[in-house]
Amino acid sequence: MPHRIEIGFKEGLRDALGEKIRRRIIEHLDLDVDTVRTVEVYTIDGDLAPEELEAAASGPLSDPVIQHYAVDRGLADRFDWLIEVGFRPGVTDNVGKTAREALALLFGRKTEDFPRVYTSRQYLLSGPLNRSDAERIASSLLANELIERYEIVDGASWNPAAGMTAHVPRVAGIDDPRVEEIDLDTDDATLLRISAERVLALTLEEMKILRDYLKDPAVLEARRRVGLGPAMTDAELECLAQTWSEHCKHKIFNAEIRYIDEQGDEKTVVSLFDTFIKGSTKEIRKRMGEKDWCLSVFSDNAGVIRFNDDHSLVFKVETHNSPSALDPYGGALTGIVGVNRDPFGTGRGARLIFNTDVFCFAPPGYDKPLPARILHPRRIYEGVREGVEHGGNKSGIPTVNGSLVFDDRFLGKPLVYCGTAGIMPAELGGEPTHTKEILPGDWIVMTGGRIGKDGIHGATFSSEELHEDSPVTAVQIGDPITQKKMTDFLLIARDRGLYRCITDNGAGGLSSSVGETARLAGGCELDLKKAPLKYPGLNPWEILISESQERMTLAVDPARIDAFLDLAKKMDTEATVLGRYTDSGKFHVLYSGKTVTFLDMDFLHEGLPRMNLTARWVPPGNPEPEIPEPADYGNALKKMLSRLNICSKESVVRQYDHEVQGGSVLKPLVGAADDGPGDAAVIRPLLDSFEGIVVAHGICPRYSDIDTYDMAACAIDEGVRNAVAVGASLDHLAGLDNFCWCDPVQSEKTPDGEYKLAQLVRANQALYDCTLVYGVPCISGKDSMKNDYLIGDVKISIPPTLLFSTIGKIEDVRKAVTMDAKRPGDLVYVLGETYPELGGSEWYALHNAVGNSVPKVNAPRARVLYEALHRAILDGRVASCHDCADGGLGVALAETAFAGALGMDVDLGLVPDRDVTRDDHLLFSETPSRFVATVSPENRQAFETALEGCAFGCIGAVRSDGILKVKGRSGGTLLEEDIGALKAAWQAPLHF
Amino acid sequence: MAKPVRSIVITGNGTNCEREMAHACRLAGSDVTDIVHISELLCGEKKLDDYDFLNLPGGFLDGDDLGSAKAGANRILHAPVRGTKEKLFDQFDRFIRAGKLILGVCNGFQLQVKLGMLPGFDGDYRTQTATLSFNDSGRFEDRWVSLKVNPDSPCVFTRGLDGLYLPVRHGEGKFIPAGDGVCERLEKQGQIVVRYCTPDFREATMDYPLNPNGSVGAVAGICNETGRIFGLMPHPEAYLHRTNHPRWTREDLPEEGMGLALFRNAVEFLRRESL
Repeated sequence: MPHRIEIGFKEGLRDALGEKIRRRIIEHLDLDVDTVRTVEVYTIDGDLAPEELEAAASGPLSDPVIQHYAVDRGLADRFDWLIEVGFRPGVTDNVGKTAREALALLFGRKTEDFPRVYTSRQYLLSGPLNRSDAERIASSLLANELIERYEIVDGASWNPAAGMTAHVPRVAGIDDPRVEEIDLDTDDATLLRISAERVLALTLEEMKILRDYLKDPAVLEARRRVGLGPAMTDAELECLAQTWSEHCKHKIFNAEIRYIDEQGDEKTVVSLFDTFIKGSTKEIRKRMGEKDWCLSVFSDNAGVIRFNDDHSLVFKVETHNSPSALDPYGGALTGIVGVNRDPFGTGRGARLIFNTDVFCFAPPGYDKPLPARILHPRRIYEGVREGVEHGGNKSGIPTVNGSLVFDDRFLGKPLVYCGTAGIMPAELGGEPTHTKEILPGDWIVMTGGRIGKDGIHGATFSSEELHEDSPVTAVQIGDPITQKKMTDFLLIARDRGLYRCITDNGAGGLSSSVGETARLAGGCELDLKKAPLKYPGLNPWEILISESQERMTLAVDPARIDAFLDLAKKMDTEATVLGRYTDSGKFHVLYSGKTVTFLDMDFLHEGLPRMNLTARWVPPGNPEPEIPEPADYGNALKKMLSRLNICSKESVVRQYDHEVQGGSVLKPLVGAADDGPGDAAVIRPLLDSFEGIVVAHGICPRYSDIDTYDMAACAIDEGVRNAVAVGASLDHLAGLDNFCWCDPVQSEKTPDGEYKLAQLVRANQALYDCTLVYGVPCISGKDSMKNDYLIGDVKISIPPTLLFSTIGKIEDVRKAVTMDAKRPGDLVYVLGETYPELGGSEWYALHNAVGNSVPKVNAPRARVLYEALHRAILDGRVASCHDCADGGLGVALAETAFAGALGMDVDLGLVPDRDVTRDDHLLFSETPSRFVATVSPENRQAFETALEGCAFGCIGAVRSDGILKVKGRSGGTLLEEDIGALKAAWQAPLHF
Repeated sequence: MAKPVRSIVITGNGTNCEREMAHACRLAGSDVTDIVHISELLCGEKKLDDYDFLNLPGGFLDGDDLGSAKAGANRILHAPVRGTKEKLFDQFDRFIRAGKLILGVCNGFQLQVKLGMLPGFDGDYRTQTATLSFNDSGRFEDRWVSLKVNPDSPCVFTRGLDGLYLPVRHGEGKFIPAGDGVCERLEKQGQIVVRYCTPDFREATMDYPLNPNGSVGAVAGICNETGRIFGLMPHPEAYLHRTNHPRWTREDLPEEGMGLALFRNAVEFLRRESL
């Protein structure tokens, strides 16, 4: 019989969680509620003696100082409504797992022999609410019905002596594994139906290739020898669908594209990836020659560059958009914990040193009706924020850099970019750590979490738009502690040389991790029956492709296997031998000794033909807005500072640990009151050295409404500029590209696919052009191509978005510069020329316009400025330096002033410009490659000498009072504002 | 010849500040500094008895899933040490009774309090008489705070210090004593070592965000009756060099970070005392 233990706060003690929920009910749902209290519930699925239940409740499960408990009765009293929210069967319950381990330890029993423990939470609401209010609170705030269930109890009918009936979300799995055979020797319509019904996301052409593969006599003969016939097994079909998915294979980026421009001129691009992304990196590396610091690019789970003679840096940024749309918390948590495994599974494995995160959401105050299956943007915002908080903080990795970008169209799909870097010794045992090797005969070992049905079809699901039947199993919740325990173990195993190769289990699960690494040996033989499961009832194909989290796959030398398994056992991490790597040329998978998959490695990895696509570029030609000059510039500036894309993100930043590991140098919030917007992060990964890492990024999707070439160029420039602003050098700066696009393949669902593909081609061309000039090679990246929503007649496509992340080295962190004005009397400089470039700007957006004069990057000229500025920073000539981006000069000046708690006197007439005719254009144009810097008067000459040949203007000085005074070009005072008021406007919007 | 000081930093199960904690011990002059995974203690490969200075670093023991450090405390109390008849707690108890030093930071402090090691009245180190609960703000926060040091405390770690400026990074840092008696007694015995205070280090404060979590009595850290066991929510190991300070680019600061003083005091104390 299951037992319930309920834990609540004692009378008179503050229930901070309950208070937070109360605020959300009032603010988000506009309902009146007096109090909300919470009760934690543990349901133990087994028999325990009364004294054991008492010991459990009073021991590890409750805090005697502040909590009380009830066993098998209701703890709650005096409420109007009780809502209990618990997980659905099979959903990861981290707290339940910890409780089970703790209780097993308490009673001296083995965890696996102890009953399972499930958690749920009660919310006790008091206030003038009716049942439908309670329903609304439950369904739109407290529970996500995809993964959770809830129960509502009316206070009037409550009987505490009876309490609530124990509900056990046990997975009712029957251990009856089956292998289905699918006959592909059939007509086209049936092939398409098979692909759709099984969420394979394979096209007809791809299905036909599978059909033809099974007609090859040699293939059939080889299959016959292992007991397989001419039909494909479900495991084979699923495995191929994962491996050939857009998510894993990047079919669009590798397609042959016929590109037609607005003049009708044609060119052919064979693989955007090879031509533009790899192409630029290759050129840059050639140019660097012997000084080339790239170690491993585009070939492993993350890119690897040199840090110093003894250490290498590893960096990767991923997206987790589709899962975050369905379950923001679980999706984002899995996103961060998942990307952590990328650098961890690169080369020999890296110790993780920082996270970055960039979110693109619809505005949290969105007040139009929501399309079906779409969660309110505020819920997405809070859920994603919390997911990354738990993923990053609990992993002990500082979140050092990020941003929040808002646009209504991110309603269709939020973008959740998560990045992780690691550091590893350059060599171990005399061998480089950034390469991978596996020998035939090595054991295939899986470590970490167990396999469940969670995450099945994640890879194929994210290769489609969000639709009515998007699978619930694609949603999962990460477990950062299980992963931390595993990584603690594996780092020791690495240093002792106990494994030969490591990779992570992400999209596609074992089919992908073993399938990919088997290429290094030439084949594999894997028995799925050996894989540890969370619960019985999984079919072989499900075990093969499950994306259950917290797992790494390793190749272990037979001579080391005992030492490896012993260490795993000691450190309480599950490690299981699943088979061997071979040189058979086959991806051979068995279940209990019986073959369920037998595919040629070549076919699996090379069997997919290149797609042929057409791209057609037609400039959009937006209406040119006519916006009168503002009558009140002070008010205009405050409005700009309150724009969601400009305002302070402090409330989010503070909830991330940005200092753990002890190497924090430049934090995300800087300045006199620790609340100014830093441009980039600097950390010291080695505590006994002053060598540091600079981390920054650029992102500007608004410009895509005019030209994605400029969107991409501006994002790259911003990523580089932010890094340079704090002291990075172009000589040791790498980039990482993440393309998030809407479906660019022309079809009935996507009639404008050719245009969207042209947008993609143009963005890639920009990436090639800019990175090459800057000498900033991309070392890794990712694309996510189906960021659309399509249910019924409603289609929402995100604006094409490139996130360009940068990672670089700073030789001496003590030279780093922050963006806040430092001392009264310091001179204020604007670096770089301003053009009348307001197309896609925040200023136009404030007036609901887009325009056409999109900001253009002049990379060769910017490069000269960046190098000159870097020299001035190294020489200690720069007191502060701030990137000038969204909101232009006006915003950058205001931020510099209020972050330094100092005023400024500036004259717009001294700003270097080209063809700017109006003061408001000068203030709010978003021309890239510009900075606002302050310099102490004694450094004036040296600073100006360093910048010789660059466009710059000394436009005024920092003043000791808190007044920002801006003189217009006609000589009069344009605005005179108290920096406190400006800061308040900047801090207000997202202060929750 | 001075006695060598041997420091142990325990990690595992979600602890994550072990490296900077060990770095602080080394900078402070500790002769031996070992980061030891708790599994090494549980399988008997390492023993607390071989060390003089025990560091319990920050992190999320078992994810803080049952409340901060609750499952961690349960492990220390009930996990057997292989090859012996003792529980891990028996080694802790012996370590304490030998008069050796223990420093707990953040999750380490939560662990000390949930075990009952702090405040440890009357030599009882396993009865909980206080707790650290959810911040009044209901959220995890990373921010720097000023701490006023109690000059009358027996705490050996804070000798000679008036104030400290350190970061807090926690969601469960609100100090709550089991009753008024506990607070009075802590006060009387000088066991309240550091309090959240105004930036001039003069006045203890209940004002948010100077007091980041709403701690009763503005308590940020306490020691046991002998002053040899100390725990605090703010992170001294996060401020070992001036470049850790949030405003180092605009203020003149000494090269050495303020947090190091606690570790120096510990190591010097151990060198002097012959334990």
